[in-house]
Amino acid sequence: MVRLFGFGAGLVFVIALLVAAVLPRDAVPEDPIKKIHLYPRDAQWQHDGPMGLGVFGTFDRAQLQRGFQVYKEVCSACHGMNQIAFRNLSALGFSDAEVKALARSKEVPSINPQTGEPATRPALPSDRFPDPFPNETTARLANNNALPPDLSLIVKARPDGQRYVYSLLTGYDKAPPKGFETPAGLHFNPYFHSVNIAMARPLNDGQIEYADGTKATTDQMAKDVTAFLRWASEPELEVRRQTGVATMIFLAILTLLAYLTYRKVWAGVKH
Amino acid sequence: MSFPWANHYEPKHPVMQWLDSRLPLPRLVYNSVGAGYPVPRNINYMYNFGVLAGVALVIQIITGVVLAMHFSAHVSTAFNSVEHIMRNVNSGWLIRYVHMNGASFFFIVVYFHIFRGLYYGSYKAPREIVWMLGVVIFLLMMATAFMGYVLPWGQMSFWGAQVITSLFSAIPLVGEAIRTWLVGGFAPDNATLTRFFSLHYLLPFVILGVVILKIWALHIPGSTNPTGVEVQGPQDTLPFHPYFTAKDFVGICVYLMLFSAFVFFMPNALGHPDNYIPANPLSTPAHIVPEWYFWPFYAILRAFTIDFLWIPAKLWGVIAMFASILLLFFLPWLDTSRVKSTAYRPMYRIWFWVLIVNLIVLSICGGAPAEEPYVRLSQIASAYYFAHFLIILPLLSFIEKPLPLPNSIAESVLGKKADHTGSATGLPGGAAAAPAE
Repeated sequence: MVRLFGFGAGLVFVIALLVAAVLPRDAVPEDPIKKIHLYPRDAQWQHDGPMGLGVFGTFDRAQLQRGFQVYKEVCSACHGMNQIAFRNLSALGFSDAEVKALARSKEVPSINPQTGEPATRPALPSDRFPDPFPNETTARLANNNALPPDLSLIVKARPDGQRYVYSLLTGYDKAPPKGFETPAGLHFNPYFHSVNIAMARPLNDGQIEYADGTKATTDQMAKDVTAFLRWASEPELEVRRQTGVATMIFLAILTLLAYLTYRKVWAGVKH
Repeated sequence: MSFPWANHYEPKHPVMQWLDSRLPLPRLVYNSVGAGYPVPRNINYMYNFGVLAGVALVIQIITGVVLAMHFSAHVSTAFNSVEHIMRNVNSGWLIRYVHMNGASFFFIVVYFHIFRGLYYGSYKAPREIVWMLGVVIFLLMMATAFMGYVLPWGQMSFWGAQVITSLFSAIPLVGEAIRTWLVGGFAPDNATLTRFFSLHYLLPFVILGVVILKIWALHIPGSTNPTGVEVQGPQDTLPFHPYFTAKDFVGICVYLMLFSAFVFFMPNALGHPDNYIPANPLSTPAHIVPEWYFWPFYAILRAFTIDFLWIPAKLWGVIAMFASILLLFFLPWLDTSRVKSTAYRPMYRIWFWVLIVNLIVLSICGGAPAEEPYVRLSQIASAYYFAHFLIILPLLSFIEKPLPLPNSIAESVLGKKADHTGSATGLPGGAAAAPAE
């Protein structure tokens, strides 16, 4: 009975599927964007470790500080980082006094303790980075109806995110193919999913002056800010890898001991 | 329980004797996973995956309980509370990455376990209920994993919930009403998140309960073995402890190494980047895909593209997706071949590996966007999936001529001159070689 019913049900499923499989398909017009769109290009960072395996690498603190400078002086005009607090910056190698000073340079919303009226006060290390716009509407008004995404998790939130951010920031010099028209108010960038991005070219050679004297080329700034954003997305990266290496060594020894125990227990037993 | 020649628990220490006469818990442990449980001596490393699934479940429950202490089940705070765990909770990143990858590894282990069962005929009499309880666990796991994926309230959480709950709206007449009732509104929102959190906490303990039932049922006939010949006497078995505890521990160590490689060095490789974007009901992701372990079933769901026999394509997809799992309940009666182990079934062996390849193809199609050639490929692969279980397998039982089986496990292991006293293994000899009870 089960077999008979199963046979019937199976036959119906198979026929329904195979009929659908042999039916001709409507011709799908090829998406012109697909040909122009580029996958993020290759780049290496110190924290990728030997051979880019991501097992041993640690962040280059000087690079993180430069990247933070790029974020502070360029990106933060439009992009917030609402998961990051000023106190987190000590992981970049800033001293407590420097972190306090960095926090103090920003104003955060507050309440006047005397009148109860909305006010602002200088930020404390425990405060998160203030958002550049009070809400989505003002953000869109200021950016040609586009919403600049929060950057706290941007590297984890895009496929191959580290290379993607770097490629996007350096992808503005590519000229659009002949006959391809970029709509008004948008900018051509082959690494963006629709190849037309609302963000204007953010980085230009010599745009900022690095505190450590490094030459601020577009490529250098893009690399530095990408490293900073990688840290922002995965602040636990270094301790995670260190814990991982220790765990693997421990488990390797344990596995060996477990195997030797197994051999000893089973010695002389055929199986 | 188990075989008549099983070792008997004899507490030596007075405290244990005192305890045993009042609460025989050590006796229960001894008889279920100790020296009192005889196991076929020839089972191979594929038989480790049952214990590994138990380990994976315990890891999920422990990490899950800790995560729930820090998680906030509300649409306005869920995403940020997960980031709070990642950034501010001591070792929170470790607990969350273990839980996140633990779900994937639980499925990897269970898939190996299921295919081992398929290969060695573990679903056949007298183990039908063991197998069916396993299918129940699999269904509960899928429900739990799906609801867990919704909790961080990222883009894929939200849109995954949207797609999967909308499956129920394919039911004729009452579908929309059922869906609204399940979701607690017309679209996933706070009511959905809170009930998913509640159920995500509940279901693992239900799974644990079914696991206990399953082990109980398993310990009556005992495990199958690579020959498929049932245990006949003490010469065929070894006590679970120390033989299989030692062997399982090797498996657990290797498993933990592979697991750690993902947790510590590529924790997000098995996830989708869109889930690090907070849920936005106004912005649909370009491709909505479930987690990788659902891809074969997602491919079957999407493979139905035409209305057939007056039933709309969407309903066909939903029926087929549920049928693809529910048919496993009937497997003990679909396959009537009396030979358990595929090693002695020359024709079925080929079809088994075709099924494995077929499922890999289905997985690839399920994870790919709904465009050619993936749609056509998933249709052919889905057709094979149903044909395999519902047509080929029942027919094979009639056509196939199995290879000669060994007379006993001991003969296959020790050669023709089986040592019937089992003294070579240090077992108490002389017990009657009675069939299992």
